[in-house]
Amino acid sequence: MSASLRLRAAVVSIALFLAFLAVWHLATRSAGPAANMSPEYAKLMGATATQGKSAMPGPLDVGEKLWEHLRRPFYDNGPNDKGLGIQLGYSIARVGLGYLLAVVIAIPLGFLIGMSPLISRALDPFIQILKPISPLAWMPLALYTIKDSGLSAIFVIFICSVWPMLINTAFGVAGVRKEWINVARTLEVGTIRRAFTVILPAAAPTILTGMRISIGIAWLVIVAAEMLVGGTGIGYFVWNEWNNLSIVNVIIAIFLIGLVGMLLDQVLARVTRLVTFPE
Amino acid sequence: MTDKFISIEGIAKRYPGADGTPAVFENLWLSMARGEFGCVIGHSGCGKTTVLNILAGLDAPSEGVVIVDGQEIEGPSLDRAVIFQSHALLPWRTVVGNVAYAVSSKWRSWDRTRVKAHAQRFIDLVGLNGAEHKHPSELSGGMKQRVGIARALSIMPKIMLMDEPFSALDALTRGTLQDEVRRICLTTGQTVFMITHDVDEAIYLADKIFLMTNGPGAVLAEIVENPLPKDRTRDGLHRHPLYYALRNHIIDFLVSRSKGFASRTPDHDSRKVPVVRIGKPEPTIVSALEVIESTSTQAIAR
Repeated sequence: MSASLRLRAAVVSIALFLAFLAVWHLATRSAGPAANMSPEYAKLMGATATQGKSAMPGPLDVGEKLWEHLRRPFYDNGPNDKGLGIQLGYSIARVGLGYLLAVVIAIPLGFLIGMSPLISRALDPFIQILKPISPLAWMPLALYTIKDSGLSAIFVIFICSVWPMLINTAFGVAGVRKEWINVARTLEVGTIRRAFTVILPAAAPTILTGMRISIGIAWLVIVAAEMLVGGTGIGYFVWNEWNNLSIVNVIIAIFLIGLVGMLLDQVLARVTRLVTFPE
Repeated sequence: MTDKFISIEGIAKRYPGADGTPAVFENLWLSMARGEFGCVIGHSGCGKTTVLNILAGLDAPSEGVVIVDGQEIEGPSLDRAVIFQSHALLPWRTVVGNVAYAVSSKWRSWDRTRVKAHAQRFIDLVGLNGAEHKHPSELSGGMKQRVGIARALSIMPKIMLMDEPFSALDALTRGTLQDEVRRICLTTGQTVFMITHDVDEAIYLADKIFLMTNGPGAVLAEIVENPLPKDRTRDGLHRHPLYYALRNHIIDFLVSRSKGFASRTPDHDSRKVPVVRIGKPEPTIVSALEVIESTSTQAIAR
């Protein structure tokens, strides 16, 4: 039953995708020469004027370009012409660094907030004010203080991924069932061992949910951050190709951003499943 | 009272609030000898669970002290194991993992194999061999509580504290688990302090039954000694000539006497709680019916 449902869903997905490609193709195909013009004049004009080609690239153009990129993902022809693999690698590295920094800070701090009502109340106003700030609003301040665009981008990733992790960790730790804590207390388990053997496993699903939200936000923000700081990364690539008026490359980049975002989310989803326990 | 293995001395519990809020219970004195099985019966809200939590060290009394084996208790201890009503197993650990957690908490220097072997012994004792590697979610309610019992026994505590351990189970499972607990306690000579709502459970398991009046301001009204022989069995229990007298006495207390006990018994001395021994009739040749009649009237008259 579920297998056949999955199969039917896959068929519908593929059909929808093919229909989308067909509509895209039909909407952007050449409509033949628009008007007679002298060959010299035609040389000056683009394909849009001479062959009635749509200004929007069709699926075949995108597919062809994508194949070209896939064959040479790591070429490096200088600052403005690098392979997509290299650009994505820069972005993933920045997200990874900022995110890891956020994990290192948010999870211990979240533990502290979750375990101590005093710290929780004392830090609450700061968190409430800092949390809704758009991470890009920090960018000028980061550039001014850090004086390095690459590090500033990492800082922006850190600041945007820290909040969901911090709040979820504190929530998960504060919500650990009293009876589990009491089990540890009656067994004379010390605070540190209790934190690792009872509170951490009990709160892990909530913590991982926060980490999953964070990685999603971090991947959203890195594109915008790289458009601002420039130089390298998939966000810079999108903006650079827009300046080159290469809509084909912009479409390919959009597709790849979605693909990588999905993969990052899947990794965290898999880890969440590992630490989730049925009750 | 000769041997005071557990001695609760004048404890009270008040919850912080407006001044003059009556205590849940006040000036509670209670003692138990080593190897005894004591059961507390009382209505909800009389503070039974609080007494147990204080004994466990999870809660602190507002007044008074509790002395166990000659030492005042200060917080939880591995000498006193708790079996929780909700079993409180760690759901991310397997059966053997849950028991081993307790074992490794008690004997920190033990290596993995030794901890496991020790845990396994107690899993076998409660009849769970074969289910060691299951997670709590895969077990029935009765099996979960068996794990709870194995975990409590595995640390070889001086006292076992049970907070209505079988109240969440169906009647059949409850019966078998009571049999198991009784068998284990008789063979190991374990001191047990248990809370229950179930009169028959108390009669079957306990040596002494502590009757508590209704809260707030609950007091220990009397201590009933179980007149039934130590080797009582579940199927023969209700045929014992004193069974109904004992049962009626407790139920009379719960139904009518537990309300307004303080106003009707103003001279009740919390330090000298009456010990009630259900009168054993003279072993004369009388019919069983007469025996029941005479003892039950005796109980009501009291």
